[in-house]
Amino acid sequence: MEYSIMEWLSDPGLVHFLIVSAMLFSLGLMAVLSQRNVIMVLMGVELILNSANINFIAFSRFTELSLDGHMIALFVIIIAAAEAAVALAIVLNVYNRFKTINLDEISTMKG
Amino acid sequence: MEFQIFGIGILTWLVFLPIVGMIVVLLLPDKKSNAMRWTAAIVTGLQVILAGVIYAIFDRAKVGVNDIESFQFVEQFSWITVEAVPWVGRIEIEYFMGLDGLSVLMVMLTALIGFIGVISSWNIEKMVKGYFALYLLLVTGMMGVFVALDFFLFFIFWEVMLLPMYFLIGLWGGPRREYAAIKFFLYTFVGGILMLLTMLALYFSVAYIDPATGQSVHTFNMLHMMNPENFVEGSLLFGVDTTWRYVAWMALFINFAIKIPLFPFHTWLPDAHVEAPTPISVILAGVLLKLGAYGLLRINFGILPDATIYFVYFMAALGMISIIYGALCAMAQDDFKKLIAYSSISHMGIVVLGIAALNTQGMVGGVLQMFNHGIITAVLFLAVGVLYDRTQKRGLYDFGGIANQMPRYTGIAVVGMFAALGLPGLNGFVSELFSFLGAFEAYKWITIISVTGIIITAAYILWTVQRVFLGKTPEKLETLKDLTLREYLAFTPLIILIVLLGIYPAPAIELMNASLAHLVEFVTAGGN
Amino acid sequence: MFIQLPLLILLLPLLGFILLIFFGKKLPRNGDWLASGLILLAFVFSLFLLVAKITSHSAEVFSSSFVWVVVGSLNIEFGMMIDNLSVIMLVVVTLVSTLVHLFSIGYMKDDVRYSRYYAYLGLFSFSMLGIVITNNLLLMYVFWELVGISSYLLIGHWYEKKSASNAASKAFIVNRIGDFGMFIGIMILFVSFSTFAFESIFESIAAGQLPFESTGWLTAAGILIFCGAVGKSAQFPLHVWLPDAMEGPTPVSALIHAATMVAAGVYLVARIFPMLTADALLIIAYIGAITALIAATIAITQFDIKKVLAYSTISQLGYMIMALGVGAYTAGFMHLVTHAAFKAGLFLGAGSVIYAMHKVLHARNDHHTDAQDIRNMGGLKSKMPYTYWTFLIFTLAISGIPLTSGFLSKDEILAGTLAFSTLNGHWLLPLIGFVVAGLTAFYMFRLLILTFHGKPSDQSTIAGIKESPLVMTIPLMVLAALSLFFFYSYNPFGATSGWFFAAVERPLSIVPELLQPASAALFYEAVSSVHTTAMILSIIIAVGGVVMALSVYQWKKISAEKMAEKAGILYRGASNKWYCDEIYDRTFVAGTFLLTRVMRWFDENIVDGIVNGAAVVTREFSRISKWTDDNVVDGLVNATANSADRAGSLLSKVQSGKVQTYLVYVIFSFLVLFILFIRI
Repeated sequence: MEYSIMEWLSDPGLVHFLIVSAMLFSLGLMAVLSQRNVIMVLMGVELILNSANINFIAFSRFTELSLDGHMIALFVIIIAAAEAAVALAIVLNVYNRFKTINLDEISTMKG
Repeated sequence: MEFQIFGIGILTWLVFLPIVGMIVVLLLPDKKSNAMRWTAAIVTGLQVILAGVIYAIFDRAKVGVNDIESFQFVEQFSWITVEAVPWVGRIEIEYFMGLDGLSVLMVMLTALIGFIGVISSWNIEKMVKGYFALYLLLVTGMMGVFVALDFFLFFIFWEVMLLPMYFLIGLWGGPRREYAAIKFFLYTFVGGILMLLTMLALYFSVAYIDPATGQSVHTFNMLHMMNPENFVEGSLLFGVDTTWRYVAWMALFINFAIKIPLFPFHTWLPDAHVEAPTPISVILAGVLLKLGAYGLLRINFGILPDATIYFVYFMAALGMISIIYGALCAMAQDDFKKLIAYSSISHMGIVVLGIAALNTQGMVGGVLQMFNHGIITAVLFLAVGVLYDRTQKRGLYDFGGIANQMPRYTGIAVVGMFAALGLPGLNGFVSELFSFLGAFEAYKWITIISVTGIIITAAYILWTVQRVFLGKTPEKLETLKDLTLREYLAFTPLIILIVLLGIYPAPAIELMNASLAHLVEFVTAGGN
Repeated sequence: MFIQLPLLILLLPLLGFILLIFFGKKLPRNGDWLASGLILLAFVFSLFLLVAKITSHSAEVFSSSFVWVVVGSLNIEFGMMIDNLSVIMLVVVTLVSTLVHLFSIGYMKDDVRYSRYYAYLGLFSFSMLGIVITNNLLLMYVFWELVGISSYLLIGHWYEKKSASNAASKAFIVNRIGDFGMFIGIMILFVSFSTFAFESIFESIAAGQLPFESTGWLTAAGILIFCGAVGKSAQFPLHVWLPDAMEGPTPVSALIHAATMVAAGVYLVARIFPMLTADALLIIAYIGAITALIAATIAITQFDIKKVLAYSTISQLGYMIMALGVGAYTAGFMHLVTHAAFKAGLFLGAGSVIYAMHKVLHARNDHHTDAQDIRNMGGLKSKMPYTYWTFLIFTLAISGIPLTSGFLSKDEILAGTLAFSTLNGHWLLPLIGFVVAGLTAFYMFRLLILTFHGKPSDQSTIAGIKESPLVMTIPLMVLAALSLFFFYSYNPFGATSGWFFAAVERPLSIVPELLQPASAALFYEAVSSVHTTAMILSIIIAVGGVVMALSVYQWKKISAEKMAEKAGILYRGASNKWYCDEIYDRTFVAGTFLLTRVMRWFDENIVDGIVNGAAVVTREFSRISKWTDDNVVDGLVNATANSADRAGSLLSKVQSGKVQTYLVYVIFSFLVLFILFIRI
């Protein structure tokens, strides 16, 4: 069972895609949690969505699921677009109301 | 006697008319205070008419007391019945009312004083709706106590009366009204609790065999309680001259002595009178005090005759102390209302002395004295009220020479005063005479000492007349106006009664003669 | 006729009272004519009744009664009894009352409460007539109190004066003390015999029944009923109200406090005479004697014309009571009648003088000079001839000078006391009797001389004095005529042969024989044996008293001041009324007031203190339980609430309002859960 890293890298399988996806997800999550700017947060969300897409595609490719994964991925892309539109509209409203899009300053719901 | 109006017995009308009036008053809009006054006047006026009807058709020969057959205007049906309660059997509370010679005079007094109280309440402006609603409730309570023949019903009416009185003193009274109202409430309430306990003890001790079912039934019916055969063997109050019977008697006695009020349970009275508004004082002295003496006769004498005989000397002695003590205290007062309050204690002492004599003269004197005192003190309190309305003062030294400014008023007030003093030709004398005559037959020395009370009474009454009515009129009193038509209306029936019953008391005495003679016989025989 | 007519006589004045009290001010002349007319009518009827009774039915007693009220099985009856005693009293009362009504038209003119005055006179006449014709003790007591109250109202007629209202109250209260005894006496008799009627009571006693089976109680009952007489007839020790009662208008004093009401006590004793035991009679006699002596001594020292007459009245009443006590029944009653005439006359005469004085003083706006003080008078004889001459006749009559009515009755009384002493050895009674006779003559002439003779102290006052109008002098003349002997007996030196003695006989005693006083036959025998002695003695003493008065005050042979000085302590005592009022004030009155204050204190601090103490204890208990409730029970409840509150506010900090923080929590929680579930 001699298995070097290079070998592992040169033989891309499901795990590779999952790792990329996980990294992408983590980046996205990081952006969502730490960015002050709403736009940046939205971009983080896009990253998370894309990491999910990668997962779907990967599972679709390496398992018996055939095209199901692709289908879902397409849905996700469409929803992401719609979501971006809605989210940007919200952001505009937020800006109109608070004159800022800094999330730290928008805490009206504080208990 | 099945005298009914619209299918409802006359006593129910008499008792619950004021409640109807109360509902009407409560439904009237707040601003219609005149309509409220008229409602109260009409309702109590109707009561007076009903009392007149009763007077006309009351059968003087029927005795009542412990014999259901000879009660009149009886209304009896079961009210609360609980079948087969464990340990107790069937519980039965009856709606049971009736009149006999003991109560008929008191019913008339209540109707009359209730009506006159409304007339003298006419100028009350503070919270008219609440006032008349409570007032009418109070009248219902008083009337109910006098006609109830079921102990439970009696107790309910007794307590119904308490609350309105508390509010009437506490809300419409003088500066120290809260103190007076609380004092009145607590005193009466303590008595009420004693009565409640005794009532329950009696209830569990008394059972009669229901002729219909043959089963033994506990009951609150007073007439059943008066029959010694109905006491269950082994129960708390079974037997004759047992300690528990004495205790029960004493508990009831304290309750009634508080109401009468007898020395040493009297101190609520002066405070309550001083603070209460005039019409409430009139009701208080005119009717409420009589409830105590009436309760003694109906319940203590009727249900526990053996204990009554045992304690009768003690009662007479308390009566004597009240007569002398009340008169002496009255003499030392400088507040007009307090003076009358203490004189009430003195005069109610005569009632107790009279009924303690346990002979017909004494009883007749005592009960007549209840009626007469009701009328006389009503006049006196109305008289003080007239002065208080005009000057906002009650101190005896604040007045003088009223006779010059208000000659008619003085005439009326002085007739009342003289009646209280026991002047022959006025009603107070007749009842005092018979009370003392009866008492003398039973207790020579106690009566002789008590009769000294009439000297002290003469002294304080004449002194009061002198201080208030005689002498030169001070400048500040020179603008006083004589009586108004409404005030005449309140005084006239009372004065007529004072003179009429003073000259010819037979119409009042014949109402109760047979019943009281029977009661005397019943008690002296130990209830057999 | 002997039933209906007295009833009518009784009701006429009552009618007057009712009409005047309600409509008096609306009637023309305030209704004085109505009152006077009604009482005059009553007098005419009474006179008719007297004549009819004495001439044709002398021995009969008419009575009638009705059931007043039934108590238990007892019938309480009211009724009346017409015998010679009552018809004579009817005439006396209605006559004096009529004359006083007439006199008052002049005397009370322009009074503020004129109609009220006449109304009260009517009430009084009614009550007094009631006493006279009643046949039972209860009704007697009723009217007894009613005369008391009319006396109260009339004494207090000028109630603006403090002294008048004081005197009125005093009169009533002192009378009440006597009535207290009377009431107990009545109760003893009623409880024993179940009746109030004189006749039935006497029958029962005669049948051998005794109150409470004891002779002691019989004597006690007699003495207790006599207590009523002590009060009403102003006997020692209850005599103190009568002098004060002079605050009332003078005609009232004449009617009530001289002629009729105060004589009611004597009448009462006469009525119950048959049931009095020898012991009771002896006490009555001594009370009368003491009263007569005390009052006579005081009368000598007084300067107020009405006070002198008041004490003289007390003294004469003592005489009557003493007469009844010794058994001189007819003499005592006759003195009541003769005294009524001349004493009413004296008072009305005094009233006439006061009226005249008052008018002069009033015209001068002099409010300091006392119109009743005899030292301010003198020399009125020529100014007021009618008043003077009638006054002289009255004075002679009361002094017991022959040819007057007073001589007849007084002489019989003195003979009676003398006879009593020969029978029983009580020599003090006749001694007092004769001394008082002398004193009476002395002080009455002193009064007459100081008022009408001699030089006035202030000429200017006397100059303006005028004789009173006819309405006032006619009553005086009528009474003066009645003070002469021939109305009572044709023999000026012996009353026993006259109609009066024939009409009024001493009733038989009905008490058990052992307790009876000396029988009438025995007594009259003794009287006839001492009669001449008594008559001569009484004339000598009366004339002696008159001469003494003349020499002191008319001829000034003896100085009054020196006499007073010699008498020393006696004079001071008498002029201060033997300090009776002061002693009563310091003991009974002050004692009662002290007692009332003590009782009030006791009531407010001890009795009410206990009540309030109980309240305080209860309040303390409730405070403790409130503390427990607040801190322990409620503490727990609040602690729960507080902890929830704290937790809430703590947790609320979690909700920062920042979306990202929430997300952190979500993820963190997810991780925790994930780890937990992975572990499982």
